[in-house]
Amino acid sequence: MEQKKLLVKLENAGVHRSSKWLVRGISFEINQGQIVTLIGPNGSGKTTTAKMILKILNTDEGLVTGNAKKMAYVPQKISIDWTMPLRVIDFMKLTSNLNNHQINESLTMTGVDKLLYNQINSLSGGEFQRVLIARAIAKKPDLLVLDEPVQGVDFKGEIALYNLIKEISVSLKCGILLISHDMHFVMSTTNHVICLNGHICCSGTPSSVVKNPEYIKLFGEHNSETLSYYQHNHDHSHNNDGSVAS
Amino acid sequence: MFDDFFIRALIAGIGIAIVTGPLGCLVIWRRLSYFGDTLSHSALLGVTLAYAFSINISLSVFIISGIVALTLLSLQKRTKLAGDSLLGLLAHSTLAIGLVLIGFLSSIRFDLMGLLFGDILAVTIEDIFIIWFGGLIILGILYYIWKSIFAATVNYDLAAAEGMKPDVSNFIFTLLLVGVIAISLKMIGALLITGLLLIPAATARSLSNNPFQMVILSILIGIVSVMIGLFSSLEFNTASGPSIIVAGLVLFILSLIPFKRSSALQR
Repeated sequence: MEQKKLLVKLENAGVHRSSKWLVRGISFEINQGQIVTLIGPNGSGKTTTAKMILKILNTDEGLVTGNAKKMAYVPQKISIDWTMPLRVIDFMKLTSNLNNHQINESLTMTGVDKLLYNQINSLSGGEFQRVLIARAIAKKPDLLVLDEPVQGVDFKGEIALYNLIKEISVSLKCGILLISHDMHFVMSTTNHVICLNGHICCSGTPSSVVKNPEYIKLFGEHNSETLSYYQHNHDHSHNNDGSVAS
Repeated sequence: MFDDFFIRALIAGIGIAIVTGPLGCLVIWRRLSYFGDTLSHSALLGVTLAYAFSINISLSVFIISGIVALTLLSLQKRTKLAGDSLLGLLAHSTLAIGLVLIGFLSSIRFDLMGLLFGDILAVTIEDIFIIWFGGLIILGILYYIWKSIFAATVNYDLAAAEGMKPDVSNFIFTLLLVGVIAISLKMIGALLITGLLLIPAATARSLSNNPFQMVILSILIGIVSVMIGLFSSLEFNTASGPSIIVAGLVLFILSLIPFKRSSALQR
């Protein structure tokens, strides 16, 4: 494999708030074309770690360095105040000057191109989530941070969106940091899994992580078995309807 | 046809309405109306000091309200009090200090009503210059930081993650708000400035479906409110500041009636 560009590197990074460490001693890196996934229980510091990378939160210990120039973010929770009249098209242009062609293209990719002139506040949860993803990829970022990007999306859409995320990492040659509870996708698609619980419990390839005792302690024996089952040698990929893609 | 003082009031009022339009929209979107109140109440202290040391009113108001704004921002990070309690604390204590100081300065004649409710009909050529020149600077800076301040208004995390530097633009926005209060205090009065910021923007909200439209409409509605307010003030011999606000309120009520259905759909 060719040498990929380093996008972001965390060295022993930690965030300290109200006299406790939200996360501490986090070290890992994300390279171009790589999908790194954060898993872990609630309150384990997944979002905090993402925010350190995005420079929303400053580290109180350690370092975050990197060459990523354009970062895009799909936050976990976002609410748009109804005091603001805001259409999808206005929201798409929020942090970058996109032309209508670029906007349409990425809205089409996430299947919401018909909502261009709808008010953001009139969208359903799943529709809004698709707009959020479209907005992030329209920027053509070199690092994409997705915090539970498919929440509220219907089952069929979920698979399509995960496939899209996989495609984007290839077509845009960007690095992706993904926070997800969807173990199937995590195990079958990502290159590197990091299991968090205030610190890094274990990390590595999906197949090595599920065998790690730390992981089993955190997620339980049963879950570990289920997941091991998933990572049968995937030498093929699936279409949206589950059939094997050629 | 009209007297000079009336023409001056009209030119000054329209200048203020053009600046309060976009800033008023941001105040509504960011839910800062009480913040605006606090700044304008503290402006009274600025006016008192301006008289005491015979310096320019707008300059003095800008400095005092600016200090209050920065105090507020730093207190918000340090105390356990909620934002609205802090705002009330600062608003009333600065207003009280201003009024106490007025008592000490008994040698100077004060038109207290004028300070609190504005004296739009005593506008000088110099005031017009301050309003239009200051207003252009405020609008110029606002135009320059618009993308950043708007992104930060929609979502702080998104703006921060994607390089829009929301902390910088929030800080500049606060100074611009102080600036608009400084240039319009003499005309509209400490108690009514927030009204001119809020009411035209609130009226524009129910008539618009995108942010740009809301900004343009709130400027136009502000101008119309100023004109109606001033003409009726002349006609019925009422105080001009309150007349403008009442005119704005009437427009707001009118905006609710025929467009109620469309605004419900927009949500």
